Amino acid sequence: MAELTLVESNATSDLSALRRSPAAHLAELFEGASVEGERGVGLREIPFQTMVGLRVTQASDAAQRLEKVLGTLLPDAHGRVTAESGRSVLWLGPDEFLVVTDEDHSQLTRALTEALQADHGSVVDLSANRTTFELIGPSAREVLEKGCPLDLHPRVFKEGTAVNTNIGHVPVILWKTAPESYRIYPRSSFADYLGRWLADAMGEFAALDQFAVLETP
Amino acid sequence: MIQIQCPNCGPRDETEFHYGGQAHVAYPENPDALSDEEWARYLFYRENTKGQYAERWSHSGGCRKWFNAIRDTVTYRISAVYPAGAPRPDIASTQAETNNAAAGGTK
Repeated sequence: MAELTLVESNATSDLSALRRSPAAHLAELFEGASVEGERGVGLREIPFQTMVGLRVTQASDAAQRLEKVLGTLLPDAHGRVTAESGRSVLWLGPDEFLVVTDEDHSQLTRALTEALQADHGSVVDLSANRTTFELIGPSAREVLEKGCPLDLHPRVFKEGTAVNTNIGHVPVILWKTAPESYRIYPRSSFADYLGRWLADAMGEFAALDQFAVLETP
Repeated sequence: MIQIQCPNCGPRDETEFHYGGQAHVAYPENPDALSDEEWARYLFYRENTKGQYAERWSHSGGCRKWFNAIRDTVTYRISAVYPAGAPRPDIASTQAETNNAAAGGTK
């Protein structure tokens, strides 16, 4: 019994060192699949982002208290993202939002839970629910278009938009953070499949690259 | 592929939605008072309309909200989309507004 207690206290002292991100084993695959150049596209996992799910009625007292803690308003329409000092709030539904940030998840969750008080709604630490993929480069849109039913043309899907959709039949949140940069949030159990799917979809652009090299005399 | 006009997210592909069957089926006020036959009728019996049909849809691949739509079961054209709980709109009057909103689609 004493031994067991000892093991526990050791483990809890630094749990973060024991964490393994859902696509950690694919890092080499991603690196190999990434392509440089004019038609390039790069893929990497951004592990362990803090994500807090909020359910609250827009413009209610509770929503205003949450907004005060967040330092930003909750987004008010489909696709919108609000941001303040490293915190982004994504619209997932009329009364559902996701806070994404790099700061400590337990502190933020506690602060938001306290702000909600006993009002109708919920604050849940969802940091382990999803992982983050970053797909960047001139061909990033073409890679996504192989498996996403949305119109991703820049005149429709603008920078700063985040939506719930599917990629390769996997439900994800897709967030266009810059003209050639997308963040993809699959649930952890889908990370392996989607990671391999994306790497496979990127293969075409690597092949073109090699072809160009062969052609040069 | 049909495109369905989600009231929250705009037009999305049919594959993002789940079908919820006939709309406006009211829960019996006093279920205990029903006979087995009446209860079965509430649970299982639905209209089988040829033409305009009010039905429930859920945007399960998006905002996860339920809403109602009026769909023509022959042409698949969706002529109105309205909130769950709202009364069934009169199609003739809603036709003009929803034409702009790109409701419905082609099969």
